[in-house]
Amino acid sequence: MTVCLKPTAGLTGKPFHYCPGCTHGVIHRLVAEALVELGVLERTVGICPVGCAVFAYEYFNCDMIEAAHGRAPAVATGVKRVLPDRVVFTYQGDGDLAAIGTAEVVHAAARGEKITTVFVNNAVYGMTGGQMAPTTLVGQKTTTTPFGRQVAEAGYPLKVAEMIATIDGAAFVARVAVNSPKNILRAKQAILRAFKVQLAGRGFSLVEVLSTCPTNWGLSPPEALKWVEEKMIPVFPLGEFKVPEGEG
Amino acid sequence: MNKVLMKGNEAFGEGAVRAGCRFFFGYPITPQSEIPHYLARRLPQVGGVYLQAESELAAINMVYGAAAAGARVMTSSSSPGISLMQEGISYIACAELPCVIVNIMRGGPGLGNIAPAQGDYFQAVKGGGHGDYRLLVLAPASVQEVIDLMALAFDLADKYRNPVMVVGDGILGQMMEPVELGPLPEVSPPPKPWATTGMLGRKTRNIVNSLYIEPEEMEKVNLRLQEKYRQMAEREKRWEEYRVEDAGLVLVAFGMVARIAKAVVDRLRAADIPAGLIRPVTLYPFPDVPLVRAAERARAFLVVEMNAGQMVEDVRLAVCGRRPVYFYGRTGGMLTTVAEVLSQAEAIWEGLR
Repeated sequence: MTVCLKPTAGLTGKPFHYCPGCTHGVIHRLVAEALVELGVLERTVGICPVGCAVFAYEYFNCDMIEAAHGRAPAVATGVKRVLPDRVVFTYQGDGDLAAIGTAEVVHAAARGEKITTVFVNNAVYGMTGGQMAPTTLVGQKTTTTPFGRQVAEAGYPLKVAEMIATIDGAAFVARVAVNSPKNILRAKQAILRAFKVQLAGRGFSLVEVLSTCPTNWGLSPPEALKWVEEKMIPVFPLGEFKVPEGEG
Repeated sequence: MNKVLMKGNEAFGEGAVRAGCRFFFGYPITPQSEIPHYLARRLPQVGGVYLQAESELAAINMVYGAAAAGARVMTSSSSPGISLMQEGISYIACAELPCVIVNIMRGGPGLGNIAPAQGDYFQAVKGGGHGDYRLLVLAPASVQEVIDLMALAFDLADKYRNPVMVVGDGILGQMMEPVELGPLPEVSPPPKPWATTGMLGRKTRNIVNSLYIEPEEMEKVNLRLQEKYRQMAEREKRWEEYRVEDAGLVLVAFGMVARIAKAVVDRLRAADIPAGLIRPVTLYPFPDVPLVRAAERARAFLVVEMNAGQMVEDVRLAVCGRRPVYFYGRTGGMLTTVAEVLSQAEAIWEGLR
């Protein structure tokens, strides 16, 4: 039997608590692999969000801090200013980063804070019970938009990658998805690049990752992957929105 | 020793630098703005970092990150700004991170005004944010004491791994007084093996956290915190006494108001009224010891505050019904004057005869 995937030293090996079909586990693994491949795990400090990834500090095999809702980029700023030679990343969901923590991520980017933010967008509040997120699609049903998100009442989904890319201090901004093996490989490359940008001291880097929430979307895991492809990607197009000057 | 004329707010900054603080994260608000003004110039001179955050929420969370990374770190703000920081302060208290928070109190509630007040006493000493926690709270009454207590604040923060709040008001912040400044002291904070600095060869991961999903675990954390607060209460009560030994009427006041009360004591003594003053230096833990002692002899207490009556509750708890406790206060940023307090004290003394 050929072993094609071995456990990564970047994760503790503790079983994830995530729902079946949720892609947080895949994204955790990609971040962990990137830190191992870059040889920086030993000098990394990660900041966890509030929401489904609230226990991420139990999974990443490095020093970790649990932050309050949305405040991870501010906490990361404090760590990085004290320890500029460490690798600092935040791992945040859409409720955490795009609602209560919008100011923190925007200003961390504006300061060109040399940190990396992994932004997991599944278009819904997962842990709190499937409520509307800032990234919820127009027409999408959630527990607080039972008739589907109506623009007249609830406005439009917030396009975080595009917004952050307009900020001068942001050096690398990309949006990826983890709904297919091909996209997962691309996501890995984007996350690697984001950390390289931090290591090179170029400024703030953010990777938005389109993720699934079968539980709150009311879909089976395979249907959820299809939903990312068919519903989310048209609204949240994949690609690199900003790369450091002089790098293609 | 070198004497320098220094503004109170600047002394908060210089005191922090002398205490080995090298990181400041804050957001401007009157009447404490000279603290960040001073540190924006001063910290780079000593290899430190000054950073203006986008909000008080961000500032306190930057403090949280820097403290987790093992630094001596502080922030400063004024009443409405401190309210915004309460979320972060609760997290810092639960995560048991050392840091110093300066509150130059102003008139409130709400946006209030920028005049001196003491209306944040409850918020400072009773918790302030959500959950069961306590800050160590220090209340200097002179510019020199600001320098001295800032050094103590950072030491206590490290000793107990607890946030320490130092409270002043707009008078203390804005007034100038001579202070003695020796050469920049060598400071060696205790080692912080718990800090999230990256593992760098360490065998186990360091986690800074305040999430305990199992009630059994959360209760254990709370019991440990309460034991810490009990130890703080046992060891860290600080106060100043003035002419209390034979006092029949004991005034109790903190911060700048204590200086007004001191002048009142002298006036009362000049009129043959045996008055004294107890000035709490730590507001939490509250120094009940001198009050219990004074209650044996004194016939009454008069608590003077620049609020509607907050510390008076702690005085009443300490005196525990043994003697009458009177209160006089002005609110909204109005100053208490010597004449006002004097007439209150005289009336109380007259009533006791």
